[in-house]
Amino acid sequence: MDKFFIFVLIFPLLGFIINLLFGKRIKSEKFIGIFSSAVVLIPFLIAVYFLIYLFSLEPQSRFITLNLLSWIAAGFFNIQFSFLIDPLSLCMVLVVTGVGFLIHWYSIGYMHNDSMFSRFFAYMNLFILSMLILVLADNFLLLFLGWEGVGLCSYLLIGFWYEKKFTGDAAKKAFIVNRIGDFGFMIAMFLIFLNFGTLNISQFLAAIPVSFEFNSGLLVAVSLLLFLGATGKSAQIPLFVWLPDAMAGPTPVSALIHAATMVTAGVYLIARCSLLYVYSPITTNIVLIIGIFTALIAAVIAAKQNDIKKILAYSTISQLGFMFVALGTFTYWLAIFHLITHAFFKALLFLGSGSVIHAMSDEQDIRNMGALKDKMKITYYTFLIGALAISGIPPLAGFWSKDEILFKTFLNSGLIFYIVLLGIAFLTAFYMFRLVTLTFYGEPRYAANIHPHESPKSMTIPLLILCGLSVIGGFIGLPHITHLPNFLERFLSVVFDKTETALMMYSQVNKPEVSLEIILLILSVVVALISITYSYKKFSAVKKFKASRGFAKIVENKFYVDEIYDRIIVNPLYFISDKLLWKIFDIKIIDGFINGLADFIKKSGEDWRRIQSGIVQDYALITVSGIIIIIIYLIFF
Amino acid sequence: MEQLSKILYENILTILIFIPIIFSLPLLFLKKQSEKFIKIYSLLLSLIVFIFSLFLFLKFNPDVEGYQFIVKYKWISFLNADYHIGIDGISLLLIMLTTFTIPLSILISWQSVNKRIKLYYFMILILEGSLIGVFSSLDLLLFYVFWEFILIPMYFMIGIWGSEERVYAAVKFFLYTMIGSVLLIIGVIWLVYSCMEKDMFLNAENALRKFTLDITQLDKISPFLQPQRQILLFLLFTIGFLIKIPLFPFHTWLPDAHVQAPTAGSVILAALLLKMGTYGLLRFSVPLFPVAFLTLTPYLAVLAVVGIIYGALVSIVQKDMKKLVAFSSVSHMGFIVLGITALTQEAVQGSVIQMVNHGLSTGALFMLVGMLYERRHTKEIAQFGGIAKVMPVYAGIFLVVSLSSIGLPGLNGFIGEFLILLGAFGSQNLKSIYYSVFSATGVILSAVYLLWMYQRVFTGPVDKDENKNLKDIGKIELACLIPVLIFIVWIGVRPNTFLHKSEKSVNKIILQFKNAEIINKTRNTIDINNSVFREEK
Repeated sequence: MDKFFIFVLIFPLLGFIINLLFGKRIKSEKFIGIFSSAVVLIPFLIAVYFLIYLFSLEPQSRFITLNLLSWIAAGFFNIQFSFLIDPLSLCMVLVVTGVGFLIHWYSIGYMHNDSMFSRFFAYMNLFILSMLILVLADNFLLLFLGWEGVGLCSYLLIGFWYEKKFTGDAAKKAFIVNRIGDFGFMIAMFLIFLNFGTLNISQFLAAIPVSFEFNSGLLVAVSLLLFLGATGKSAQIPLFVWLPDAMAGPTPVSALIHAATMVTAGVYLIARCSLLYVYSPITTNIVLIIGIFTALIAAVIAAKQNDIKKILAYSTISQLGFMFVALGTFTYWLAIFHLITHAFFKALLFLGSGSVIHAMSDEQDIRNMGALKDKMKITYYTFLIGALAISGIPPLAGFWSKDEILFKTFLNSGLIFYIVLLGIAFLTAFYMFRLVTLTFYGEPRYAANIHPHESPKSMTIPLLILCGLSVIGGFIGLPHITHLPNFLERFLSVVFDKTETALMMYSQVNKPEVSLEIILLILSVVVALISITYSYKKFSAVKKFKASRGFAKIVENKFYVDEIYDRIIVNPLYFISDKLLWKIFDIKIIDGFINGLADFIKKSGEDWRRIQSGIVQDYALITVSGIIIIIIYLIFF
Repeated sequence: MEQLSKILYENILTILIFIPIIFSLPLLFLKKQSEKFIKIYSLLLSLIVFIFSLFLFLKFNPDVEGYQFIVKYKWISFLNADYHIGIDGISLLLIMLTTFTIPLSILISWQSVNKRIKLYYFMILILEGSLIGVFSSLDLLLFYVFWEFILIPMYFMIGIWGSEERVYAAVKFFLYTMIGSVLLIIGVIWLVYSCMEKDMFLNAENALRKFTLDITQLDKISPFLQPQRQILLFLLFTIGFLIKIPLFPFHTWLPDAHVQAPTAGSVILAALLLKMGTYGLLRFSVPLFPVAFLTLTPYLAVLAVVGIIYGALVSIVQKDMKKLVAFSSVSHMGFIVLGITALTQEAVQGSVIQMVNHGLSTGALFMLVGMLYERRHTKEIAQFGGIAKVMPVYAGIFLVVSLSSIGLPGLNGFIGEFLILLGAFGSQNLKSIYYSVFSATGVILSAVYLLWMYQRVFTGPVDKDENKNLKDIGKIELACLIPVLIFIVWIGVRPNTFLHKSEKSVNKIILQFKNAEIINKTRNTIDINNSVFREEK
């Protein structure tokens, strides 16, 4: 019965193989589209079935391990293909396959008439497979397989339209920046294996409370290295630079990989290892600070971007920062909660933007849009709901998760952090409604030859479903003051109960006051509303765009982070490799030495030739001196 | 029939060595016009060898410690040299790699080599036989003969069928390797005499009283040799191996040789000849001179790590595709050496599987570059761009092979690299985690140079007119690459098929080494005796 779950992986694998090998020969787009979506839908249904099944079990026994076979065995090192189905991984599977299915469906319309239609779906199926391996893996190495697999798909799909110049750059950048994070991940695995003798996640976590103190050096090192991996995949400071460029890929890819699922892998990783992070509060504080900084900087940058997808990309980075803030305040279920609601509304926003780009004949600059409200009603209304959800307007999904993060930060980390987060929430509503206003309201600013139109049904239906999820998605995690059950927290509590116990040992958890919580709730709604109104007022009347100056220009240029990285890392590395190592060391020094040696031998050969003079006396002299040297050697050495 | 299969079974190694050598001789007497026959004949011959080697692979018992399929005949009696061959798991994998690579190298040359083809295929086939000989010799002299013999066909392959500067490259290759060979033969002679002395001293009455070239005998005695003597012997043996690998800073012959060699030459060089170096290190340097190895480990490991990073950095800036792949070889071979110096089960098994992996992926990269060269007669990266548009299948295969070389999990390269780094991280022999940490940066850098090359060659618009009508991969070319792709995925997903074969053999080497360490600790008493022995002399 449990083994049956393996079909969750087999179907996307099948989809990948068939699309890759036979896709070119199958001429029917319809068949490929439906088939590729079905291999994602079936795993979703299986996961739903298992969700019901898990509910039928006692909370303590909601952990199912599937051991298939050995992957790598050498010496003491033995890694299995083993998967863990528990509430946490099942939540992720549901999000990945659920949102994944909708985006596959949407892509049928979006990728219509693309010359590499089947190739696109092959990569998408491979992505789903890798992402499922990532969330289901029971050991770090298998997780790493999925981790690199999603990275590969990200690379392939960013560079999907490879004939354009910039896609290649963006794809390569994504892969390499992620590799820097992977370097940390690998070292973390070595440390774990060396000290724990296993790479199995559950065994590793179980061993922590037995033999380690809080903040022990090893745990801090491991947790920091894993976090380095997470900053790569989840686009946090200092490795966030790849995500905005990743928007070069087709929009469904941005929705699925670079908003809803893959980029949350880092959040999932830390939540999965929550016990490790509770045992290393130093790292957790770093996670909090990195998260808050990333959220702030990305929100600031988003406010000055003009490319519709770039705005959403920076918004994603910012929202991921919120998730890391949740992780940094030890509220792991909350990070997952925000991950889920974010998957809904951000996928919705991206698909909406895709619909807009589709309608505008590939125009992405919001300065050249405007007044699309009436041209594409479904896209407009769903996009508006998504924007309201991310801005934190009740009762939409984003409100519940974001507000809870603000509240928990206030309780656990104090007022200053709370104020910063509130500021970011203000910025979020501001840049979102700048986007909405410039795109949908005001006067049309696009060229006369563009005729915006609503997208086909295969695109709008997924939009409507995601819109529905963005409205009701928040109800799975209602706060305590509503006196309604918090499904998600309760469902995940089995996964995090050891973490909670450890947390209580480490620090006093502040008891929330009900009145305070209500005040903060109202405050954040008010802030969001003010921001929306301000933004609407400011941008609905705009007709001309001035070039920005001063600080605004710096922001518009993303604080020149890419340029700085180029100056201090990329260029020097290239210079050293080229001039110093290659042209001087390799060619001049080593080869120069070798060639010099060869010349020397050749020359001296010519010199020594003269000894061979044919005069007997000379030979006798040489013989005698040789004998003398040998005698001296024998006597003295 | 039973008799026949028994004979076959017992002499399978001899058959593998001599089929290609003997049956390649008729090639020389064929008429020039029978081109097609020559090609098919050599291909079939190499395929027959491959089928025989499959038999070897299946019959090999991975649970047996020590050598299998041993054959021993008297060879040169006054030297006590025997025709003594046998294999363990490490040799097995390298022999399989040889018999697998040679048919592909023959096939890849079908269209590209038109000059003196009788001699060409003759050279490839005798190379195959001698390589199998190198990987199965248990007698030092026999090993040396095969080792030296390989130089000749390779020298001619570069020198006759190479590109413009082939003579410079061939001579450089020859001289470099010759230096190693000279040192090696001095080392062999000195080792044999030293061991004879030591044997008489250790076993007094029961001593053999004659010298032996049998490494299964020598490795019982030579660990007892004095440390200083061991270090000198170790260097004499090892420098030759390091040049062959090539380990930084002995690598400068490699890029030249690769750039000038014909495609099949590059493939054989990268996939097989470089492995002779790492094989020698593992088969001779470690078991014969454990004390020296222990003393010199830090130096070797540092060279390996520097080689990994240096090779990768220099790869980044290369403008010629073949040179780029050649420097990436320097980097990848550094990993193998690092694994050997770590001397943990995981690391050494990783090194062994990495030898196979490097053979597959670098071999395939050279084939791929060669295919592009045949179409455009240039290997310069800047001459391309947007090739994925005109050659989509080729581009896809190129990407998979690159990813294998980058070490993407699920493909073969990852298995070796990960095991090596993991093993080196906790190695007691290396005593520091930093070798592994620094080497792991190679993982980032390999993505930089390969993906950057991929981007420049394959993506973007097709902006050169010459590139607009390139033909996508042909049937023969596909036949060369698909077998490699199968193994790239196979080893990535089910590496145990191959890891299992080398488990016991690697374990034996490590145990031998551990024992020698113990001997070294109780050396004091022996040293005193030794000085007495010296005075008597």
